[in-house]
Amino acid sequence: MKAKVYVTYKPGVLDPQGQTVCAFLKNRGEARVRDVRIGKLIEFDLEDMPSDHAAALLSRISDELLANPIIETFTVDVP
Amino acid sequence: MIFAVITFPGSNCDRDCLDAIGRVLGFQVRSVFHKERLLGECDAVVVPGGFSYGDYLRAGALAKLSPIMDDVRRFADQGGPVVGICNGFQILCEAGLLPGALIRNRSLRFVSRVVELRVENPRPPFANSYVADQIIRLPIAHGEGCYVADQRTLDELERSGRVILRYAGPIRPDAPDGNPNGSMRAIAGIVNETGNVFGLMPHPERACDPLLGNTDGAGVFLSIARARTEVPPAEPARG
Repeated sequence: MKAKVYVTYKPGVLDPQGQTVCAFLKNRGEARVRDVRIGKLIEFDLEDMPSDHAAALLSRISDELLANPIIETFTVDVP
Repeated sequence: MIFAVITFPGSNCDRDCLDAIGRVLGFQVRSVFHKERLLGECDAVVVPGGFSYGDYLRAGALAKLSPIMDDVRRFADQGGPVVGICNGFQILCEAGLLPGALIRNRSLRFVSRVVELRVENPRPPFANSYVADQIIRLPIAHGEGCYVADQRTLDELERSGRVILRYAGPIRPDAPDGNPNGSMRAIAGIVNETGNVFGLMPHPERACDPLLGNTDGAGVFLSIARARTEVPPAEPARG
């Protein structure tokens, strides 16, 4: 089964990459863009299992490794 | 006095540390591979700079789970001095041995140059060879050295004298405040609550050999040795 984890900076953590892209877009005239934040998408191929098991597994892996709780949050996306 | 220097896959300042501590400063020093489970006999541990695991995922994120890190944690918990330099600082933060995190430089650029640092607190065992407010010059070379932590952590670090080094110059167009990477409160080096784990982004090991024209970094390693010998010997066991 396929599953995804999104890791993003917490609100308030400086994201110079996002700021640079945002400023670039505004300079190009994309006036309707207010802000850009850049995060990570991590794709998993898991053994088939119930969704809640997959969600628990990926939450544990995200807590331990994929996200740094000081600066990041994560969202688990299982089918 | 025996130093242990850890080598992770992708470490690239481990040899510099071995050379500076051993050949230049004359201490005993051992190399310890990250797959070892035990540090072996040592009085201080150096987690060196580089790009452990290619900095993949986040700088230091994978190295914190290397086998040797359990024994580094034990050594630190028992009060042994541990110093993390550059990537080593990132690893110690990721491992939870130091508070806060290091993120991408404000400029988004890799910054490699000599900076000026103010010794905020010359406390043992890492800075007792310096004096308060002394300005020292050390090289930095990092892309992810912007120190961040929540306000409460920052206040606590300041209040308890745990900010050891702060960026103090030079003033440049890309560092108008003398802060080369955007670190909160210009923090360049901190210690943990018990004072025996030190993380810093600058490279003291690159400023030890007089041949390189700058020996300001030697004080970090000399401080560790000095603090050890100045500690009164433990009371003999009774009964």
